Amino acid sequence: MSSQILVATRKGLLTVHAGANGNWQAKKMHFLGQPVSFVLAHPDGPWYAALDLGHFGAKLHRSEDQGENWEELPAPAFPEQDPATSEAEKEAKEEAPSVEKIWCLTPGPGEELWAGCIPAGLFHSNDGGRSWTWKRSLWDVPERQEWFGGGYDHAGIHSILVDPRNSAHLLVAISVGGVWQSLDSGTSFQLIGQGMRAAYVPPERSQDPAIQDPHCVVRSPQDPDRLWMQHHNGIFHSRDNGQHWTESEDVRPSNFGFAVAVDPNNSERAWFVPAMLDECRIPVDGRLVVNRTSDGGTSFETLNGGLPDQFAYDLVYRHALDISQDGRFLAFGSTTGGLWLSDDGGEHWTTVHQNLPPIYALRFVP
Amino acid sequence: MPKVHFTPHLLRHLDCENRQVEGDTIGACLENAFRGQEQLRAYILDDQGRVRRHVMIFHNGRSMQNRNLLSQSVTETDELFVMQALSGG
Repeated sequence: MSSQILVATRKGLLTVHAGANGNWQAKKMHFLGQPVSFVLAHPDGPWYAALDLGHFGAKLHRSEDQGENWEELPAPAFPEQDPATSEAEKEAKEEAPSVEKIWCLTPGPGEELWAGCIPAGLFHSNDGGRSWTWKRSLWDVPERQEWFGGGYDHAGIHSILVDPRNSAHLLVAISVGGVWQSLDSGTSFQLIGQGMRAAYVPPERSQDPAIQDPHCVVRSPQDPDRLWMQHHNGIFHSRDNGQHWTESEDVRPSNFGFAVAVDPNNSERAWFVPAMLDECRIPVDGRLVVNRTSDGGTSFETLNGGLPDQFAYDLVYRHALDISQDGRFLAFGSTTGGLWLSDDGGEHWTTVHQNLPPIYALRFVP
Repeated sequence: MPKVHFTPHLLRHLDCENRQVEGDTIGACLENAFRGQEQLRAYILDDQGRVRRHVMIFHNGRSMQNRNLLSQSVTETDELFVMQALSGG
């Protein structure tokens, strides 16, 4: 049973523990004052914290002892271009990419680790993050010319799904740049994802897979072909490992949001945290709710037990909702520093904390 | 030899004492300052070897903010200050 949550915040990495009485409490802030853009509790034990230091760049730290000690590892980085001599080369070098944020980390088998970044670089490590290889094939796809940032200056990779049946089969989701598949560990990529709909482009482009904005994609552990997506303008699900997507209709109070979690024991059950599209980005009518479907996205229950009913301005970012590996606990954290936990599938929520820094991501420790 | 001073804000992340280094340009001085401490490079320069956008270099008290910053000449008695731009939040 999971008894610990790692919470990545604007002011550090917070550990939250379940006490003997069942109450969850904040225990320790690591990296005090430093923005933590993502956290990974690796199933084999190590913790990874991605820092977004602003002035000094994106950094990566790893702990082998549950946060007692941290080791800084080399962060993923784009290769440096050759020195420029001509004016054209100088301009090209000025435009050459540099990692601004490590946006997600996904484990592969053994010591394999994947990193998705802003700008949308995909990086792979064979040694637990001690060295990185840039997967240039995704950067070189012609469709990248149309990618754009959703809330950031550049497009970014926020979801990397490794197929548990074949670790060479990857799914990568980009805001804003669609869903990409690799069948050869990132050597080559194909754009996939028929059925998504983009409401923010001219109508003739709305079905184009290359211009979709998946906000977050998760895979069902029970049925690996079953995927769930919170998209910029809808909730979508796939039964064929992302090749085709079906939109859930008439989702109230809103089909906009960022986060999604799927029940590890039931591939048809998933949770979302809706918000007002698009300029506002707060809970609809100031009422913080969680949407749950238990029938594969046909219908949704709107759950609010224990959550604020009015004057709530909490937005839940794409990595800030998680479910424990056994499916017993759900937790989410907000931009307003609220942290809530449920042990009954989202029917009722307990406030763990109301005064945390803005929360970027959280993960149950397996 | 030119002297390189680092903002004390870096000390919370890594050891970076001020140091005297060989070098006839700002870039050469920084490269020599990074020698033996490669981790420091990624705090000052980005992936492309450019000075990070929110890092400022002062050369003998003057802030240097142009694209040719790293190729600017320095002399034996010059001082470089590697500072962070001010920002809040």
